[in-house]
Amino acid sequence: MNIEIEELAKEFGTARALHPVSLSIPSGALVALLGPSGSGKTTLLRILGGLEFPTSGRVLFGGQDATGLSVQERRAGFVFQSYALFKHMTVFENVAYGLRARPRKERPTEAEIGRRVNRLLDLIQLPDIGARYPNQLSGGQRQRVALARALAIEPRMLLLDEPFGALDAKVRKELRQGLREIHDRTGLTTVFVTHDQEEAMELADLVVVMSMGRIEQVGKPADIRARPATDFVRDFTAA
Amino acid sequence: MSDIAYRRPVPVTTETPLARHLLIGTVLALISVLLFAPLIAVLAEALRQGWTAAVQSLASPDARSAVRLTLIVAAIAVPLNAVFGIAAAWAITKFDFRAKAFLITLIDLPFSVSPVVAGLCLVLLFGANSTLGGWLIAHDMPIVFAFPGIVLATMFVTFPFVARELIPVMIEQGRAEEEAALTLGASGWRTFFTVTLPNIRWALLYGVLLCNARAMGEFGAVAVVSGKIRGETTTMPIMIEMLYNEYLSVAAFTLAGVLAMLALLTLLLKSLLEWRHADLLAATRRH
Repeated sequence: MNIEIEELAKEFGTARALHPVSLSIPSGALVALLGPSGSGKTTLLRILGGLEFPTSGRVLFGGQDATGLSVQERRAGFVFQSYALFKHMTVFENVAYGLRARPRKERPTEAEIGRRVNRLLDLIQLPDIGARYPNQLSGGQRQRVALARALAIEPRMLLLDEPFGALDAKVRKELRQGLREIHDRTGLTTVFVTHDQEEAMELADLVVVMSMGRIEQVGKPADIRARPATDFVRDFTAA
Repeated sequence: MSDIAYRRPVPVTTETPLARHLLIGTVLALISVLLFAPLIAVLAEALRQGWTAAVQSLASPDARSAVRLTLIVAAIAVPLNAVFGIAAAWAITKFDFRAKAFLITLIDLPFSVSPVVAGLCLVLLFGANSTLGGWLIAHDMPIVFAFPGIVLATMFVTFPFVARELIPVMIEQGRAEEEAALTLGASGWRTFFTVTLPNIRWALLYGVLLCNARAMGEFGAVAVVSGKIRGETTTMPIMIEMLYNEYLSVAAFTLAGVLAMLALLTLLLKSLLEWRHADLLAATRRH
């Protein structure tokens, strides 16, 4: 599903988090929102997920206006920076949460929920951890469980906030590969936020460089490296 | 190197044995003087004339009515304050709005205002001399010197306990888990019951127990609005004071002993719950 962002702006009180920005994300793309802290990248991601509402502008999902859709109606799989796994639930229950939260008519049977959760745990290559609690997992495992939980709702898109931020370098490399594979297998339009230019360049099809609430440049990683549009982009991607 | 004397390695956080014993001894002495001695004195005084006298004093209709009234007031005030406390803590920690600091101050108000003043405020508002109070009395719904006044005074005084316990816990936990539940399609209510409530249950339990202990023990505010009608509007603390003033010390201290036991019972209940769920507590605690 393609995403259109039209003149989207966000103010917190008097502070401008996002100047009017426009962006078009093709269906099935893996997009990185790249920028330093305070560049507005997380705000933009949260607006897409329905966790913040824009001061002005529109968001279109698959050509349909989604600006006023509630967070539940968006059906956007969201992976939080610190994963936000439910501490008091097992991994199985975490992943099953979105299925159990459905209205009774659309809720799968218990057997079907079990099948789907196990399929997702296979997908993240952690088939045997269903009975464990989140604090019994390593950082990398938690991140993958958070991904499985987001995928369980059969989302229309996948949104990830600094998905590799809290991990050490080796695990980060592995999980990048994992995200790429899951993206390629599901074909979901995926947007992730990062401040790490190497990560953005290596993983994304399309990189959106942001600074101070503005989009500085949008392009393929190679194009941004070869032809930075502004001094900021040159400095930031050289780092 | 040989001139450096060998010393047994000691963890940096460990004090010398002397300091440790001094600290532990001071704490034990303080606890004995401030907590155990009065408790034992109350029980000793209650049983001065033997068990039968104590039991007889409890069996009097006035004493029974006082125990009943105290339990009923607590049974109404505590659940209501638990709900209000959750609502207040939820509003303060999960939303951003302008009057937030003001609301936090307002929640603390019952702690800073003397209970007697709180009771007097209720008398001023709902007493026979006020318009509202006059109307209520004319319609046979007296608040002051009646049951509703006692409940209101108790609720006012015990309002902060639950909210105060919850706010720091909920601030620490942040909003991410609730947001995650919402993105997974859960409604606000479902998020509250399946994510928020399980995360705050221990703080909530602790707040409720403190609230309960104070609700049963509250004297000042209730004394002003109760009117001290024997067998009708006397709660246990007020009954104790009345008995004591009448030099009925066995009856007074027996009732005081029962009140202290009720408080201990709530604490015992908390310990029991913590012990039974110890493994779950350990599993869900954050790193």
